[in-house]
Amino acid sequence: MCSTCGCSSPSDTVTITKIGEEDKHEHFHVHAHGDHGHHHGHEHSHDQHHHHHHDDDHLHHHHDHPPVKTVIELEQDILSKNNLLAERNRGYFEAKRILALNLVSSPGSGKTALLERTLADLKGTLACSVIEGDQQTANDANRIAKTGAPVVQINTGKGCHLDAEMIHRSLRQLKPEDDSVLFIENVGNLVCPALFDLGESARVVIMSVTEGDDKPVKYPDMFHTSDLCIINKIDLLPYVPFDVEKARDYAKRVNPKLEFVEVSCTSGEGLAGWYEWLRLRNRGIEESRN
Amino acid sequence: MHELSLVLNIVEIADEQAKNHQAREVESIELEIGELAGVEMDAFLFAWDAAVRDTVLENAERIIRRIPGKARCAECGLEYETGQLFEACPACGEYLNELIQGRELRVRSLVVH
Repeated sequence: MCSTCGCSSPSDTVTITKIGEEDKHEHFHVHAHGDHGHHHGHEHSHDQHHHHHHDDDHLHHHHDHPPVKTVIELEQDILSKNNLLAERNRGYFEAKRILALNLVSSPGSGKTALLERTLADLKGTLACSVIEGDQQTANDANRIAKTGAPVVQINTGKGCHLDAEMIHRSLRQLKPEDDSVLFIENVGNLVCPALFDLGESARVVIMSVTEGDDKPVKYPDMFHTSDLCIINKIDLLPYVPFDVEKARDYAKRVNPKLEFVEVSCTSGEGLAGWYEWLRLRNRGIEESRN
Repeated sequence: MHELSLVLNIVEIADEQAKNHQAREVESIELEIGELAGVEMDAFLFAWDAAVRDTVLENAERIIRRIPGKARCAECGLEYETGQLFEACPACGEYLNELIQGRELRVRSLVVH
């Protein structure tokens, strides 16, 4: 439907599958459009309208009267439904002392590789689970499942972002442990996911040195709404023109509060800083409950 | 892009309001869209035409109020209009600022009958 990125048409179906329990997977329509607009045509509401005011015999008179207009001052946020569900997710995370991280980036920045490495390195020290978001395939979830972490795959069909309802439904399948870390790997896209609060505790934007160092000013929304920026693939710095200082400077302009970690999932360089950030955030969540 | 999701959310809000007021359709709808809300207007309008078909918004007049971006400098306190999420304070050149306006995404009002 959308010529730019093929965003979901109303008929697109979202699939949620817990790896290891593929037979229990769930389909649903994100926008449940059929439940609202389309099946409530004019005739239906027209009749309802009349029944409230007239006898059936006098239906035809109505057309002679000017329609009664109602002005509704609403001031309602367009994303209010998503934001409400996101708050519900946030409440769930807080009650279970779960650190929920929304990982966002363009495709190919190494989100899944970072997760594989992180889950392997932290195994036994920190309980982790994962929600994987992709338009198609369970490839990423299968990669994550090999690390032993519980994982649910969301396939958004043609959808370009995860939303709070998808997370809400995934949580029912995933059932993450209390006091754990939940990584939500969003659809690879630096634009659309920025607008959709999932109820996460923090947002982590990942960029790799094979991209342009001006990404933060080209796609400012995502950097503006993130808490941590991970600069990945730093083992490739000798071979690419990426300027780390410049990238940090650009990102700071967009979001002065942004924190940074530079890592390589291949050499392991810098990962200690990322794990330290995770532990600090996780401890922050524990302390807020005491 | 995500613009289609936004329009579908608007359709849902309008549908709910029309039902609550036992109205047949929406005559006009007034939206507030901040200039820094991350909405590509071409994509939004394209998505609109496709998504309002067969809904209460099909014949609705669409009034869009764009709200300019405004930031407050954390260094000198100046409030200034900005067309970007990152624009140095025109007085002191500092990037440390807080966005105070321009990210609105709201249905302001509707007229239904």
